[in-house]
Amino acid sequence: MARNEAKERRCILKFEDVSLQFDQADPVLDKVSFEIWSGETRIILGAAGSGKTVMMKIALGLLKASSGRVSVMGQDVTNFDERQWYEVRSHIGVLFQEGGLFDSLTIEENVAYPLLNQARFMTDGKKPTLDTVRPDVQEALNFVELGNTLNKFPSELSGGMRRRVGIARGSVADPDLFLYDSPTAGLDPITANTIIALLIKDREMRNTTAAIITHRFQDGHLLANFRYNPEKDRLERLPANSPLRERTKFMVMKEGRLVFEGPEAELDASVDPYISKFSMHPAQNPERKVS
Amino acid sequence: MLDWLKSPILTFQEFVTLAGRASLNVFRRPFYGQDLFLQMDTIGVGSLPITVLIGFFSGVIMALQMSRALSQYGATGQVGQITAITLVREMGPVLTALLIAGRNASGIASELGSMKVSEQIDAMRALGTDPVKKLVTPRLLAMCVTLPLLTIIADFVGIVGGYIVAVPLLRLTTGSQYWNNAWRSLEYNDIAQGLIKPLLFAFIIALVGCLYGMRTSGGTQGVGRATTQAVVVASVWIFVITALITRIFVNL
Repeated sequence: MARNEAKERRCILKFEDVSLQFDQADPVLDKVSFEIWSGETRIILGAAGSGKTVMMKIALGLLKASSGRVSVMGQDVTNFDERQWYEVRSHIGVLFQEGGLFDSLTIEENVAYPLLNQARFMTDGKKPTLDTVRPDVQEALNFVELGNTLNKFPSELSGGMRRRVGIARGSVADPDLFLYDSPTAGLDPITANTIIALLIKDREMRNTTAAIITHRFQDGHLLANFRYNPEKDRLERLPANSPLRERTKFMVMKEGRLVFEGPEAELDASVDPYISKFSMHPAQNPERKVS
Repeated sequence: MLDWLKSPILTFQEFVTLAGRASLNVFRRPFYGQDLFLQMDTIGVGSLPITVLIGFFSGVIMALQMSRALSQYGATGQVGQITAITLVREMGPVLTALLIAGRNASGIASELGSMKVSEQIDAMRALGTDPVKKLVTPRLLAMCVTLPLLTIIADFVGIVGGYIVAVPLLRLTTGSQYWNNAWRSLEYNDIAQGLIKPLLFAFIIALVGCLYGMRTSGGTQGVGRATTQAVVVASVWIFVITALITRIFVNL
């Protein structure tokens, strides 16, 4: 938590009227504006094709916005070229939908990849070796409880384990911002909850700023209402008036537009039929069972 | 007509951009030495047996074909000269390049193509590393170093193959005459074009393989398509380039 105090509150990711349009088609992203501040957890909800992943790719510079401005860690990156982006990206951790692991590398090499290949870890143009980064790799893998899989290949692991390796790889370089693209998609509820518990643990231990794309409202609920207790090594529910609840905010995307932004209580209170589909209150939207 | 021309011109533009970026990266930090040696091992050492085999048999065939033609003129003593010149100038570079195009342009295209369709290239970019630097530059460099070396080996083994046919088998000439002829007939002009060709072929094979791999789309079928295209395009360019270079050297 020492790092927590040392870091002042700063704007980590900022979108200003960001739009993306391919040719003459309907915009994939339509004037989206939001800010994510350090220490915050942002849950991004929305139906498939509503522009969540596109938004993440813009934040990473993998796609270029057609209009609007993007700032990452106080730096205006709107007109950055690919080479300038590498430096920015090395401060962002990512978990891709399917984990995005390199299938010809072992788990150890996968997790070590950012440390071995990013320019900022090189001294005098020399790369660190696998041996020198091994303690960091081991620690990151222990964190996701996969400390004994170092020499396995991604194909030997289950879907949930691959995603956990993805989390280890994303966090090994100590990023200022962690983007998770659908960390629980296609997983059974038990594995999905394990992954979310890891995100909560990660947030507590490293005070990571995170944006989490998901379509499971349970994920957001867990992140908003629980914290990790390192003494007891388990999750515990936050008291109703805890200020920590404030750090988790929700965003709902619909057809490329941002239609909701706010804390969980507001999300639950919304009577909009689309938005309430993503909230925890079944009483308010009985039609959810069929959709 | 314009639409028909658009796609090849765009592809050529992409090729030039990739060539520029990959070549500039040779001088830019960070350097990925380990990837370079790995590629040199796959391309160079991995292709050695098949190169030796093909080189040997092209020499054998050359000497066999020439044995009849030369005996008509009573000039069987020239077999060493003819084998050496054809191999060093043309057959060695082109056959080796075609072989490597089939073996490695396809390998590179399918490897990079699979990485592209499984979003590993995007993951690489997202993790703050340049895929051109990490994937394309080591392959380009490795190819430029190994293909000329492989060609030299193929040339030599081919001349040895010609010797085996010409001297112990058909007794067209004596051993010392064969080697003397082969050695003396080669001029700087021959050696120069025999070494410039593989260097340019290496450039084409590596970059075409990488380009078609990196722009793969459409799942596993797309990977297959990219691989086929890479081999076809690389092979065609090998012939075009060799014709151009030969045209230049013929006048020198």
